[in-house]
Amino acid sequence: MSLIATLARLEAVRAGRAQPAATVRHRHLSDRPLVFVPLTTAGEAGAPLGALVGTDRDAPRLLAVPQPRDRDLRFAFLAELADVVLPYVDAHAGVVEAAERTETDPETGKRVKVEVELCADAPQLIVPSRAGIDFVRLLGRSMRFRRTAEQDPETPYPAPPRVPLLGRWLTHFGERARVPGSSLLLAMSDLLARHWTTGQSSLEDQHLGALLAWIAPPEGVSGAEAALRAELARDADGQLECPPAGPATDPAFDNRLLAPAIERYDRARAALAAAEDGARADERLGALTAAEDQILALVSSRTLPTWDKVWDGLDLLRALPEGAHVEERWTRDRWSFTGHRDRVLAGEPPQPRRDDAVTAANKLATREREQARLDAQEALDDPLVMAGRRLAGEAFAGEVTDVVMAYSEGRRPSPRPLVTVRTDDRPHLGERARVYRSLGGKPQSAEFVAAEEDGTLLVLRVLDKMGRGKEPEAGSVPEKGDRVCFTLFEHEQRGGAKLPDPEDTPWTHGGPPGEAGAVPEVADPVTEEDVL
Amino acid sequence: MTAPAEETAPGPDARGPDAPGPALDPGAAAARATGAILRDTLHAPHRGVVVDSPPGAGKSTLVVRAALELAAAGRPLMVVAQTNAQVDDLVLRLAEKNPELPVGRLHSSDTDPYDKALDDLPNVRKSAKAGDLAGLDVVLSTAAKWAHVKVDEPWRHAIVDEAYQMRSDALLAVAGLFERALFVGDPGQLDPFAIVGSEQWAGLSYAPSASAVTTLLAHNPRLPQHRLPVSWRLPASAAPLVSDAFYPYTPFRSGTGPGDRRLAFAVPSDGSGPDRVIDEAAESGWGLLELPARHTPRTDPEAVRAVASVVARLLARGGTAVSERAPDEPVPLTAGRIAVGTAHRDQAAAVRAALAGLGVTDVTVDTANRLQGREFDVTVVLHPLSGRPDATAFHLETGRLCVLASRHRHACIVVCRAGVSDLLDDHPSTEPVQLGVTVKFPDGWEAMMSTWDHWSEHRVVWCP
Repeated sequence: MSLIATLARLEAVRAGRAQPAATVRHRHLSDRPLVFVPLTTAGEAGAPLGALVGTDRDAPRLLAVPQPRDRDLRFAFLAELADVVLPYVDAHAGVVEAAERTETDPETGKRVKVEVELCADAPQLIVPSRAGIDFVRLLGRSMRFRRTAEQDPETPYPAPPRVPLLGRWLTHFGERARVPGSSLLLAMSDLLARHWTTGQSSLEDQHLGALLAWIAPPEGVSGAEAALRAELARDADGQLECPPAGPATDPAFDNRLLAPAIERYDRARAALAAAEDGARADERLGALTAAEDQILALVSSRTLPTWDKVWDGLDLLRALPEGAHVEERWTRDRWSFTGHRDRVLAGEPPQPRRDDAVTAANKLATREREQARLDAQEALDDPLVMAGRRLAGEAFAGEVTDVVMAYSEGRRPSPRPLVTVRTDDRPHLGERARVYRSLGGKPQSAEFVAAEEDGTLLVLRVLDKMGRGKEPEAGSVPEKGDRVCFTLFEHEQRGGAKLPDPEDTPWTHGGPPGEAGAVPEVADPVTEEDVL
Repeated sequence: MTAPAEETAPGPDARGPDAPGPALDPGAAAARATGAILRDTLHAPHRGVVVDSPPGAGKSTLVVRAALELAAAGRPLMVVAQTNAQVDDLVLRLAEKNPELPVGRLHSSDTDPYDKALDDLPNVRKSAKAGDLAGLDVVLSTAAKWAHVKVDEPWRHAIVDEAYQMRSDALLAVAGLFERALFVGDPGQLDPFAIVGSEQWAGLSYAPSASAVTTLLAHNPRLPQHRLPVSWRLPASAAPLVSDAFYPYTPFRSGTGPGDRRLAFAVPSDGSGPDRVIDEAAESGWGLLELPARHTPRTDPEAVRAVASVVARLLARGGTAVSERAPDEPVPLTAGRIAVGTAHRDQAAAVRAALAGLGVTDVTVDTANRLQGREFDVTVVLHPLSGRPDATAFHLETGRLCVLASRHRHACIVVCRAGVSDLLDDHPSTEPVQLGVTVKFPDGWEAMMSTWDHWSEHRVVWCP
């Protein structure tokens, strides 16, 4: 934890409420996000119990699986989910704008500009917690290799139409969420913890109720008390007053409420199956519907509080102005969305279970580049984040006390002015270290020359962005009295080296994937445990 | 520190100093290992040869020798190192051994991309374009620069230096450039890392953030693996501890005997903590200056001052070092022969500031990452767990402690707050076990414990 984060936590404890960790919003928020609050069944990975999903705060769609171990009911749930998610995705896939992309021409091998479509906006999925993101990934993994009856008439357990497609989209959302700074799939607890610092540990911050209790405690109650109540308070029946944000549910709920309700449902279903005549069947169907409604009500009672909290969180975040670089990062999300739309349209197979060596290396390189870019951009967008970097010795701000004109040696001397900055910061400057400041949105670099007066005066030599002439362009060199802020980290990231194509994977990495990579993967084989 | 692999080309030396039979003297053992490595490199049918080298075992010497022999055999050679400093160092060593050899130094297009000393070497051509260096016997560069090079015809041979510090994805980017390669590195130093999570690929044979050697051996398990058996850097007092604590399955020994390295000081001890720990270290090779137990911020001012005063006293007391290089000529212990190692950069910065305050200059102060591959007479180490309330995976990393404890030729002084053994007891390692990932031995917890036990025997308790 950085020093400034520790200080903010201490202040939050003393003040009894969360302290701002940012002055602007560092993630894109869609005008119409799709909020998804899933619940899962205890004891079985990837068995959804129910969900609230929708784009309208006042009209969530409630989905439930009355018997989570029944594969047909699970498929019905997933089909219903697809009916909500896919139209939302498609609505964004259809609206495009013209854009340019550089591609390598396969014939000449040259880099050429190509006219392509870029989706004007991208869908945004918001789940309550980080575990929710994992659950989205798991759902995607469980669906994308399934076959529909149309794709494969022989398949013993055909998936409803569009379910495999939902799996591919959820997989894409889940994979994109691993890219630092991306906003296609966000967890509300992470979003809030990025923008506010509470007086509890970062582990406790993953409890959405406790986190919100610190950020906006009820009148007259301290954040710590409100958070404790959110975590522990139970009603007369022993149920948590603030149900966990899921997807896992509270064991007391599972044991005392959910298990009996599912049992009732099972009994009603068995009774209906055993009904001998129409009249009795009607009566038993009524009992079954009642049992089903009861489970729906239970799911609703556990998801609705979380649903409201997610929207409360969105309100809090929307009150912050958007950071300057957020739009640029969202554009990359739009590219990512457009790219996957095109792969789906082109009829490409679903994402493989495991990345090949080249894909894995490319993904890691992209994520590392995005992480460095995000760290730099957040600091440039937000003085509070920059303060943290200054406190860590990675940046310094101060007033220019002197500017001495100097020139480089050589045939065509260029301006290399010496700028003296007075600062109270203590940057970790090595000999001839490079520092950067933002000049009209572009980084200008300078070189550390000397420290004077115990390090409060730093002499820098400005190196670039001063034009081609002998005299620097107006405004390109700081003047005496200017406030400046230099960073020790670079503002922009260089692109990495191009890796070989997967079919040219070298011998050190097992050689090309070959034939094995060409066969489309099949879904996991159905085992006895899968069919009850 | 991978689990012991079956060596496909075992020499008698490969079994370690405890192998049965008459013990070879260190020089002969090392020569035999080098001979086997060069034989495999030049003549074996395998596409790769892997050499594990403990600290100070003559890895650079081996790389230079292999490069010269490959060049002499008429095989165009590319050398991949990890940092520009390493590349420049190898170029200088090559030129020293054979000033006539045509050598190419491929460099980046940044300002000051290489050591200015290279400009004085007539047979070293420098360029930012690989095309300009075509046809030279040996071309050297960093892995990052090689990754941008495109060739029609791959090099016949490559040497990959510090291969255990190279990430698998970096090897992926350059492996298409050569047909066969010699991979050299120290498995005990810091593992490569990624700044974002990469658990997604853990267990895959080509996990991009694993080390290059791990991936190479996973796909080519039959490659010959060799090991350099003798550390020429570490004194007889240090080699057994470092070998046992960090290389339990691949032991090595010191090239020198107990009396071959001596430290002496002209000015006698003034009885203070720093002086007493200096005398202990001069006598036994290790010293532990233990400060009172306390939870502190990373840049613990008392510990930083203690480190600085130990360094200042080392210089003020007029130390001289005697080694096997010149048994009759004591060499003065100057600032350039002393280093301070820390875990974090802010700690290094704090120590630098404290030293500047005492008027001490020219002492190297850096983190374990940046001290890798370097050598000094005396090192002063701020223990990674000093003053900490917890022991995280970062602070327990085996490689970090191994680097800090293996940079010295004469003595190492560790500065630490009391209570490390309690801290270790409170924080057993809890790293998740990943399927398909080779378990590393020893784990950092174990190495911390065994080194701490040993250092406790050289403890000087001091209340500043």
